[in-house]
Amino acid sequence: MFKFQIVKRLLLAAALSFSVHAVMAQPAAAPASVRQEAPVSGFNPDAVEVHQDDLLANQRLITGRITLPDTRARTLIQPDGRMWRDYQRSVVPWIAAVLVLGTLAALALFYAIKGRIMIEGGRGLATILRFSSFERFMHWLTAASWCVLALSGLNMVAGRFVLLPLLGNDNFSALSRLLKPAHNFVAFPFMLGVLLMFLVWLRANIPNQVDVNWFKSGGGFLDGSHPPAGKFNGGQKMVFWVVVLAGAAMSATGLSLMFPFAVTNIFGMQIIQVIHGGIALLMIAMMLSHIYIGSVGMEGAFDAMNSGDVDLTWAKDHHSLWVAEELAKAEKPQPSAAE
Amino acid sequence: MARMKFLCDADRCIECNACVTACKNANEVPWGINRRRVVTINDGKPGERSVSMACMHCNDAPCAAVCPVECFYTTADHVVLHSKDLCIGCGYCFYACPFGAPQYPKTTNFGSRGKMDKCTYCSGGPDGADGSAAEFAKYGSNRMAEGKLPLCAEMCSTKSLLAGDGEIIAQIYRERVLKRGYGSGSWGWQTAYQEAINV
Repeated sequence: MFKFQIVKRLLLAAALSFSVHAVMAQPAAAPASVRQEAPVSGFNPDAVEVHQDDLLANQRLITGRITLPDTRARTLIQPDGRMWRDYQRSVVPWIAAVLVLGTLAALALFYAIKGRIMIEGGRGLATILRFSSFERFMHWLTAASWCVLALSGLNMVAGRFVLLPLLGNDNFSALSRLLKPAHNFVAFPFMLGVLLMFLVWLRANIPNQVDVNWFKSGGGFLDGSHPPAGKFNGGQKMVFWVVVLAGAAMSATGLSLMFPFAVTNIFGMQIIQVIHGGIALLMIAMMLSHIYIGSVGMEGAFDAMNSGDVDLTWAKDHHSLWVAEELAKAEKPQPSAAE
Repeated sequence: MARMKFLCDADRCIECNACVTACKNANEVPWGINRRRVVTINDGKPGERSVSMACMHCNDAPCAAVCPVECFYTTADHVVLHSKDLCIGCGYCFYACPFGAPQYPKTTNFGSRGKMDKCTYCSGGPDGADGSAAEFAKYGSNRMAEGKLPLCAEMCSTKSLLAGDGEIIAQIYRERVLKRGYGSGSWGWQTAYQEAINV
């Protein structure tokens, strides 16, 4: 009786081990078509198809779980990196070249044809205060920091093609190593400058009918006329709004790039970088024209930024309504002061 | 010359993270940086796969293409390396990399990232003689100069992670897939080399 039980158990164990063996061996032995139709016992969870092509067909990046504390490392594959690379390599240098060199060429052509726009009848003795010292300070703050930002930014885009062959790898790298942090740090005075200009000059830059007429007559650039304008003419108001809006966009995108992953993931950062660079190049083209007309392009214009006192004739020509306003203001409170 | 590649057979990876540990140990990678990592997809669901990923040493590497100071170079074995002396820590390679390989030791101080660090395929770097202390301090070990493959793949317990000539490891993978009847594909190959291993 006892003996029989042992034999029975041995037989049972043998049968069990055989069946387990058979189940384990089944998936490897059976062809794929049979395996899929097999009952649950023949189902091999390891063979459930998961393929990167299927995953990438449904989403832009493949992410999973990771045991590292660095959760950004969860992204396994992000093929869009190649798109960013292609854009950076084949599109951006062309946009930069066309916008920057194109604007410079257009300005040079304008200068060659029209020459410097002179004050009609030459400079007089009388001047009028156009910008207070604080207005000039915030203008210079923005302008100087903008120059650093634009040059260090352009260096990232085009330095490799322009400066690197001239300087060699070591020197160019040393220069870029200075410009790269400069771009980050000088961004803050720039943002302050734009904010101050926005607050101080906002009232004078609300567009009105005078500006529409100013634009209708082409700002007087073509026929040499002087359409009436307030403290800022239509073109200057446009520059103001470009600086304020583009400056805000540059600040927002720049800050989010300064703190990686703080706002968005890798795909978002690629998009933001493209926006940052695109607006920057448009702004550079616009500012080149602004700098041109404020310096070499027009006699008397630079005084507004330099000493703040501009020639009265120049002011009457270009900002007739503002001069009339200022003179009226000056006459009322001090009827016969000073002289 | 061989065209060195990595291949992770995800159907074999058991997510032991030994490759991650081996890499950190062999190269004494800075704190917070992992040149190699294991990501688990479909965690806890049918079709769960773990994939060990590092720099794939791409064809026409995106990092090298976008680097503003051209600090990348490719070795005769087609390993993509970079010079930490030239790197300015701008982060462009990190935007371009489809595999999240470039990492930076500093990430908080107003975007000053420090010098980029990534997998060197255990090939050291350009500074100092092969296997020198200076090279090790900057780039990690140079096993390739000793005729050895990257440690992550060499010590993979299930031989899931393969390193070596692309043709050879692709053949090994093909044979495995044919034998067992399934394979989840050569992860990252399409993106890195513009060709996948089709079985």
